[in-house]
Amino acid sequence: MKDQVVLRIITKLLVPFMLVFGMYVIAHGELGPGGGFQGGVILAAGFILYGLVWGKEDLHRFLPRSLTDLLAAGGVLLYAGVGVATMLMGGRFLDYAVFNPSHPGDGEALGMLLVEYGVGITVCTVMVTIYDMISEPEDLV
Amino acid sequence: MAWNEIVASVMILLGCFLALTGSLGMLRMPDFYTRLHPAGKNDSLGSVLVLSGLAFLVTHPVENWLVLAKLALIIVFLIITAPTATHAITKAAWLDGLQPWQRPGDKEGVYKSWEREDV
Repeated sequence: MKDQVVLRIITKLLVPFMLVFGMYVIAHGELGPGGGFQGGVILAAGFILYGLVWGKEDLHRFLPRSLTDLLAAGGVLLYAGVGVATMLMGGRFLDYAVFNPSHPGDGEALGMLLVEYGVGITVCTVMVTIYDMISEPEDLV
Repeated sequence: MAWNEIVASVMILLGCFLALTGSLGMLRMPDFYTRLHPAGKNDSLGSVLVLSGLAFLVTHPVENWLVLAKLALIIVFLIITAPTATHAITKAAWLDGLQPWQRPGDKEGVYKSWEREDV
């Protein structure tokens, strides 16, 4: 679809804003509407739009399969790692308050943000992987 | 009733009217290409008018500038993306060979997309 000028230009214009909005939704999750899953899906939508218009090869140039596989596992690892870290610091699993015993609210904000990052990374990369596996080869489009 | 509420009401009502006519056009138009006129244009302008009307309802615009900025961003991206989506759907149908509707017996202007060079 690279020869479709309108789609190409609009995609180039929109993808950065989609990625920024996805990160905003991920980081905003513990205070308002949003969260890791929704933000990760918006991030993935940005990548998938880029891949649809510019082709899978261009998408793989900066987001190769090895990187998405690594990040999909790394997000889960970050989630579980936060939980295990709270256990090692003397609390229960995902008991965020132990991160900052003098201000439990701050510790909870930090722990929740890290968990949201983990969820967002995993959801985004898994969505991109699903698109990768079910999309047609480029010469058929 | 303050002046901004009157302006907002007029804009929102006009936007709703355009959305309604767009839906009516979707039902009344004869084929795919003509249906994209109400679907693409009326809904874009209707949404923009509703959102602009909402911007007039923001209390304390100086303190709540972030709300106005978000509404402006939504309007800008709506104006950019809605016609692009319509264009993508139309071009996909055209490249796939879907022929525009014409009245029975009207032979003028018959052309087939797969015979054209410029698409």
